[in-house]
Amino acid sequence: MSSEYLQIDLIISIFASAVRLGTIVLFAALGELIVERSGVLNLSVEGMMLTGALAGFLVGYFSHSLWFGVLAAAFAGMIVSVIFALLAVVFQVDQTVSGLTVNIFAGGLTFFIYRTIFPDVGSQGTPNLVPFSALKIPYLSQIPMLGELLFSHHAMAYLALFMVLVIWFYMYRTKSGLILRTIGENPRAVDMKGVNVTTYRVLAVLFGGVMAGLAGSVITLGSAGVFVADITAGRGWLAIAIVIFGDWKPGRILWASLFFGFIDALQMQVQALGIRLPYQLFLAMPYIMTVIAVFLGRRRSGAPIALGTAYVRE
Amino acid sequence: MKKLFQSDWGSRLIEGLLPVFATLAALLLGAVMLLFLKVNPVEAYKALWEGAFGSTNAFAETLVKATPLLLVALGICISFRGDVINIGGEGQMIVGALLGTWVGLTFTTLPGWLGVSFALLLGFVGGAIWGGIPGFLKAYFRVNEILSTVMMNAIAVQLMNFLLRGPMIDPSQAELASQIPQTARLLEIFRLPRLVPTRLHLGALIAVALAILVYILLWRTTLGYRIRAVGQNPNASRYAGIKVPRYVVLALLLSGAFAGLAGVTQVFGVNYRMITDGSASGFTGSAGFNGIVAALFGQLHPIWSIPASVLFGALLVGANSMQRAVQVPSAFVTALNGLVVVFVVSSEIWRRRRQRRRLAAVMRDEEAPPGDKENIPQAETVA
Repeated sequence: MSSEYLQIDLIISIFASAVRLGTIVLFAALGELIVERSGVLNLSVEGMMLTGALAGFLVGYFSHSLWFGVLAAAFAGMIVSVIFALLAVVFQVDQTVSGLTVNIFAGGLTFFIYRTIFPDVGSQGTPNLVPFSALKIPYLSQIPMLGELLFSHHAMAYLALFMVLVIWFYMYRTKSGLILRTIGENPRAVDMKGVNVTTYRVLAVLFGGVMAGLAGSVITLGSAGVFVADITAGRGWLAIAIVIFGDWKPGRILWASLFFGFIDALQMQVQALGIRLPYQLFLAMPYIMTVIAVFLGRRRSGAPIALGTAYVRE
Repeated sequence: MKKLFQSDWGSRLIEGLLPVFATLAALLLGAVMLLFLKVNPVEAYKALWEGAFGSTNAFAETLVKATPLLLVALGICISFRGDVINIGGEGQMIVGALLGTWVGLTFTTLPGWLGVSFALLLGFVGGAIWGGIPGFLKAYFRVNEILSTVMMNAIAVQLMNFLLRGPMIDPSQAELASQIPQTARLLEIFRLPRLVPTRLHLGALIAVALAILVYILLWRTTLGYRIRAVGQNPNASRYAGIKVPRYVVLALLLSGAFAGLAGVTQVFGVNYRMITDGSASGFTGSAGFNGIVAALFGQLHPIWSIPASVLFGALLVGANSMQRAVQVPSAFVTALNGLVVVFVVSSEIWRRRRQRRRLAAVMRDEEAPPGDKENIPQAETVA
C-alpha cells in the first residue's frame, strides 16, 4: 500500500513541477506570441530573459524585496528589447541577425555586470537570496492531489496563467488586437487605414521584452535564488519553439508550455532517480526541440504571413 | 544603370572601409567601458598593441590565434558567397576536433604523418556533417539556416561535454576524484611540427595554402562558379539548369568542413588534448564567431581573409595582454570581443541592405533590370 501512495505522490510532484517550470517559459512564449503576431521574428528572447534574470536578482538582492526585483526584471527586459526594436524595426536590419546580435551582446554584458559587482564570486561563495515561497490558496490547496497540482505555486506562476486569459482577450476581443493580428498578415492594408505599423511593431517588441524579463526573474527569484552565467540554459529558444508548436494561439501555447515543463520535470526526476541517461542530452533538448519545431512548423497554418519581413512604406 | 555607376567609387571605398570603422566604433565604446572601470584607455590600448606585435613571441602568438580564424573565415567565404549564413562555426569546430582527437587517441600505431593526415581528414568530415545537416534542412525543408546552425552549436557543446566526461575522458582522470573533463594527451609524433622556436605550428601554413585553394575553388572551378551563381540569383540559376538545393547543401557542408579543420589544428597544433569548461568558447576561443568577422573584414575574399585574420588575431591576443597589464576583469575582453563582432556584422548587413535598396531603385528607374551585379540575399521565413 505505502509504495503505491509513494508512486502517486511522485507523479503528483512531477506534474506540479511541470506547472512550475512550464510557467517560466509561458511568460516568454506569450510575449513572443504578441511580437510574432505583429510580424516581427524576435530571436533575442534568450538575451532578454538573461538580462531580466540578472536585473531581478541584483535588485532583489540589494533591496531585499522580491517584487522590486520583478519590476526591475521587466524593465531590464524592455531596455534590451528597445535595442532590438531599434535594429530590427526602425533601422530594418535583418531580423534574424538583429536577434542574434542582441543575444551575444546581452550574454557578454550580463556576465560583465555580474562580475563587476561581485568580483570575488567563488572565493567568497555565490551571493544568494531567498526566492518566492509557495502561495497556498486557502481551502483550494487542501483538495487532495489537485491542491498540490494547481493551487500551491508561487505568485508568479498564477500571474503567468492569468496572462494567458489577458492575451487571449486582447488578441480576439479588442480592436487593437485585431489590428495587431492584421499587421502580422498584411501590414500594407493596415498602413493604408492610417495605422502606424512601426509604432505597433515597436510596442509589440517592447511588450515581448517585458514578458521575457519577467520570465527571467522567475528563474532567479522564483526558484534558483542565485545568478550564474547562462542561467536561462536555452529557455529563451524554447519559448520560440513553443510559439511554433502552439500554432501562434494563446491556448495552445499554454498546453505546449506545460508539455515542455513536464519534460523538464521528468528529466529532473530521472536524474534524481539515478537512471543512467547522459544529462547533457536533456541540456541539449531545448535546442533539438527548436530545430524539430521549426522543421514541423513550416506547414502550420497559424504562422503570420508577414513574419520575419521588414515593412517598407512605398 | 546611371545611379549604380555614379556612386560606384565613393561608395566602394566607404564600403571597403566599413569594417574598419565598425571596429574603431567598438573600440571607442570599449574605451568608455574602460573609463567606467577607472582605467586609462590610452594606456590600455597601448598595452594591446604591445601584446600583439611587441616581440617575436607576441607576433607568433598572434599568428597562432589567427590560424583557426583564417580556416573558419575560408568556410565563411564559401557559404556567404553562396548566400548561406553559417553561424555554426563553433559547433563545427567542436565536432571536427572531437573526430580528429578520436583518431589521434585510437590509431596510435600509425606513423606520425599518416595519423595526423587521417585526423585532419576526419576533422574535415566532422565539420562537414555538422554543417551539412542545417544545409540539408535549408535546401529541402526551408528551415532557416541561421537558427539551425545556432542550435547545432549548442547541441555540439553538450555532445563535447558528454564525451569528455564519459567515453573520451583521460583514463588517468577517470581514476582521480577531480575528474577533469579532458582527453588523454596526444602522442608526440602526432603533434603538428613547430615552425620557429615559438608556439607557431604547421597549421598556419596549411591555412594559407588552403586560402589559395579556396580562391581557385570559388573562381576557377565549375563548383565554385555554381555556388556563387546560386548565391547571387537562385532563380536565374534554376533556369540555367543548376540544381539549387544541392549547391546550398554543398556551400554549408564545405563551410562546416573548414571550421572542423580549424578545430583539429587547435588540438594537434596548440593544446595536444581536448578539454572543456562546459562552454563552446572554452574550447574554440570563439573562433567560430570571430572567423565570420575576419571573413567580412576580408570582403569575403579568401586571400584578403589572410591579413584580416592576422589583424583580428592581433586584436584578440592584444586584448588578453591588455587585461593582464591594466587589470580589468576578463569579462571585459569577452564584452569587447562581442562588441567588435556585433559592429562588424551589423555594418555588413547594412551594406547589403543599402546595395539591395540601390539596385531596387535602379530597377524602378529603368525599365530593364540591370541584372544581379552583387549578392542580393533572398527574404525567407523561418517557419
